[in-house]
Amino acid sequence: MKAPDHAPGARVEFRAVSVRYGEAAAAAVTDVDLTIAAGTFAVLLGPSGCGKSTLLRTINRLVEPTSGTVLIDGVDVRERELTSLRRGIGYAIQAVGLFPHYSVARNIAVVPGLLGWERARIDARVDELLALMRLEPSRYRDRLPRELSGGEAQRVGVARALAAEPRVLLMDEPFAAVDAIVRASLQDEIARVHSELRTTIVFVTHDVDEALRLADRVVVMNAGRVVQEAAPAELLAGPADDFVRSLVGVDAETRQLTLERPLIER
Amino acid sequence: MTYLVAHSGRVAALLGQHVVLVAVSLAIALTIALPLGALAARRPRAGTIILGLAGVLYTIPSLALLALLVTVLGLGPVTAVVALVVYAQMVLIRGVVAGLRGVDPALVDAARGLGLTTRQTLLRVEFPAALPIVLGGVRVAAVTLVALATVAAWINAGGLGVLLFEGILTQNDDKIIAGALAAAALAIVADLALRAGERAVRR
Repeated sequence: MKAPDHAPGARVEFRAVSVRYGEAAAAAVTDVDLTIAAGTFAVLLGPSGCGKSTLLRTINRLVEPTSGTVLIDGVDVRERELTSLRRGIGYAIQAVGLFPHYSVARNIAVVPGLLGWERARIDARVDELLALMRLEPSRYRDRLPRELSGGEAQRVGVARALAAEPRVLLMDEPFAAVDAIVRASLQDEIARVHSELRTTIVFVTHDVDEALRLADRVVVMNAGRVVQEAAPAELLAGPADDFVRSLVGVDAETRQLTLERPLIER
Repeated sequence: MTYLVAHSGRVAALLGQHVVLVAVSLAIALTIALPLGALAARRPRAGTIILGLAGVLYTIPSLALLALLVTVLGLGPVTAVVALVVYAQMVLIRGVVAGLRGVDPALVDAARGLGLTTRQTLLRVEFPAALPIVLGGVRVAAVTLVALATVAAWINAGGLGVLLFEGILTQNDDKIIAGALAAAALAIVADLALRAGERAVRR
């Protein structure tokens, strides 16, 4: 494959970020300080309700922190115009959310279209992305979302998220709704895409194996707080507390062995 | 049936007026109901007020509303159109609200996350996704208006109601039957056509 022809990933920082929904409820995210280095594949891991999706959504301001600051390459996201910020950040979600009345090509072209790219450049980009996600462009370009399998739809969702060459890609449990075999191939695909593009990826999952398999850095969250931030091997070798130990589980040694077998070239 | 056959030209002309009355009213009603429905779907409090108001207007007897409007706007088709627009609001707004509330939240989340503005999300994603249900409202409104528009003849607005009122005054049953048949046929055609439209957008 050719070298990436766009800027590598951006650095994402959280400074004392807290999010509280409504008045009386407990905080969804409490006092998170975290830096995700440029080009890192960071996985936010934790049980449902731990605040990982909320934290992710503060990056593209789908959620506004109650206090604290989120920065991309040192710039406070609140200083950016909202739609322009979001158009510069890829966004892929579990439910995919492909526009049902748009063809695959038009779905992928949404953000480039909003950014005013020329027709020819958009067409070329759509084909490039379909090929990147291993979907034969001539076969898939004109299909409607309802004509796709779950795995194919998610590939298109990822292609759409990558369309405008974002420097940060947010993925919220993107592979949770597909079966294990499809999930494994999607994981391979996103790992390969990351190693090619070196986009910063912030990826939310509750699946420990998925986190360990994909992450450069795993960010373990519980009850709205970051409890440990470490490379997968470090996490297995030295869980910070009982919660992390129970999360990575009694299988820690087996998992460590699996990690030593490179599944993908990085 | 003899009137219908003998005076097919006149029936066709009145049918034409009837179609224009209904079509114009429906078009105006829809341009009002779409933004109001969008507002009602987004803001629950505004929604309660809007739907409540449309509901109250809907309960006013049609003859009473026409009589009231005549005192302000005088006789003629304009007054009839205003009345029909008012009656269509309730069904149309309900359709728009139901359609928009039924849109998959993931679609809206994706659209916002990709950087569509609120307006772009509404026009490019939410309305198209809500279209089958909105069209259902349009269909019910169209059939209702075809029936209601017969009353318009009472205020010199023309349409198939002319045959009904003339028939009643002159005790000409044949004329009444001709008018009723033509109106019923129009309602059925409108219903079938809009059903086909719903199926087409649902696919």
